[in-house]
Amino acid sequence: MGRFSGPDAVPASCPRMLQMTDNSHPEDGPEIETLALPLDAWHRAKGARMVAFAGYHMPIHYDGIMAEHLWVRENAGLFDVSHMGQLQLIGEGAASALEAIVPGDISALKPGRMRYSLLLGEDGGILDDLMITNTGHHLYIVVNGAVKHDDIAYLYDALPETVTINYDEDAALLALQGPKAAGALARLVPDVAALVFMQAGPFMWGGVPLGISRSGYTGEDGFEISVGAEHVVALADALCAMDEVKPIGLGARDSLRLEAGLPLYGHDLDARIDPVEGDLSFAISKRRREEGGFAGAARILGHLSDGAPTKRVGFTVDGRQPVREGAEIYHEQQHVGTVTSGGFAPSLGAPIAMGYVASGFAALGTKLEADVRGKRIGLTVTAMPFIPHNYVRKNNQ
Amino acid sequence: MPRYFTEDHEWVDVDGTAATVGITDYAQVQLGDVVFVELPAAGKALSKGEPCAVVESVKAASDVYAPVSGTVTAGNDALEADPALVNSAAEGAAAGGGWFFKLTLSDSGELDGLMDAASYAAFVGGL
Repeated sequence: MGRFSGPDAVPASCPRMLQMTDNSHPEDGPEIETLALPLDAWHRAKGARMVAFAGYHMPIHYDGIMAEHLWVRENAGLFDVSHMGQLQLIGEGAASALEAIVPGDISALKPGRMRYSLLLGEDGGILDDLMITNTGHHLYIVVNGAVKHDDIAYLYDALPETVTINYDEDAALLALQGPKAAGALARLVPDVAALVFMQAGPFMWGGVPLGISRSGYTGEDGFEISVGAEHVVALADALCAMDEVKPIGLGARDSLRLEAGLPLYGHDLDARIDPVEGDLSFAISKRRREEGGFAGAARILGHLSDGAPTKRVGFTVDGRQPVREGAEIYHEQQHVGTVTSGGFAPSLGAPIAMGYVASGFAALGTKLEADVRGKRIGLTVTAMPFIPHNYVRKNNQ
Repeated sequence: MPRYFTEDHEWVDVDGTAATVGITDYAQVQLGDVVFVELPAAGKALSKGEPCAVVESVKAASDVYAPVSGTVTAGNDALEADPALVNSAAEGAAAGGGWFFKLTLSDSGELDGLMDAASYAAFVGGL
């Protein structure tokens, strides 16, 4: 998750050579003051280049996107994702009430388990993607930073008064990702070794309470760690003191998630797209398919049974030139879709993309072309992820 | 051989009417890891200021502008196989360097409007 507004990395002071098609996506809406997150000074001290993203100053890279990306695939990277919204839904019946606006089986979510789900508008369009954890006491929800205030307003309207919505503005959120993440975190919090993918729980680091889940947005094994803002600097320092852990910016977060085939809200998903079109049918639980009863169920269940008119797919790209967001896709002279994310995949050493095409052109192996500044570049519809996921689904202890 | 610079972060080496063009080290730092460069074909006539090449990094695509008018005589083929040369040797005008293309100047007078190394350093220092 985590909306990454593409590299707004080009400073305004840079003349035109560096300004043209910089793949940036300025946030919509009125200009508001860009806020500092709890690790702001920490990032700057680590040499980060900071950019405005989702209303906050955030690090886009430290050493360079390519090096950081490859580091995460081999070692462990620490991401500050404190811009994301951490919410609690408290009250009897919160899970069943939430099911009116998400298509997952939240009532069946056991304590200590989490699920990826989608916040649905009345017409079944995706208002956000989110992680829902049953803590045993309440539902803990992580939503995208760029739309968190809209999400909260929507939840207030949609949920009954018996459900209390807390927005924990004072909590920071870190992600530790990569094949060496588990070893590194276990040195501070040994009990995390017991978690497997999509499990979560409360832990203590010294006297500091942490909410930790085994999850992430890179395709690698890893953890997301909720920690009070007053402790986040000490935790980030303790993690980055280990040789295998380096801080990683938003740039590599975006290239890692693209290789992992994971959609980015606001780019690959938006309010016009439903879960079937978004190739996220796995998030529609079996019971919910049978019973319906969620926003947009008629459209979504119709698309499940009859097929959707468009579908999110992955593409390999001919040659070495990246095909980026917004590139139009053609089959001969017929316009059949649009690229929604694209770039150079550091782990593959080649450009990759994802986007939407008319369902008749969504079959694996279909040859299409993207228009990049008047030049046609060959695309082939490809299964995602582009790099195999490396999740730990069974505990080997 | 004098080297000139533009405010758009191109450099141009001039030897008589023969010129070699690239982007500056400052520019490659701003762009980050370069993964693709599109160069003008030999024989193409360029007007000063027109977009004539594209440099793509992991994070962005950017135009490169012709620092002077002229006719392209050669592109740096090495960038096709190894675009990272732009990062490692942005201002290298010789073999193994990250230069973009060579051209024959059509109007040497255009050089008067460009910066020398000291002026460019001061310009970049003010960004």
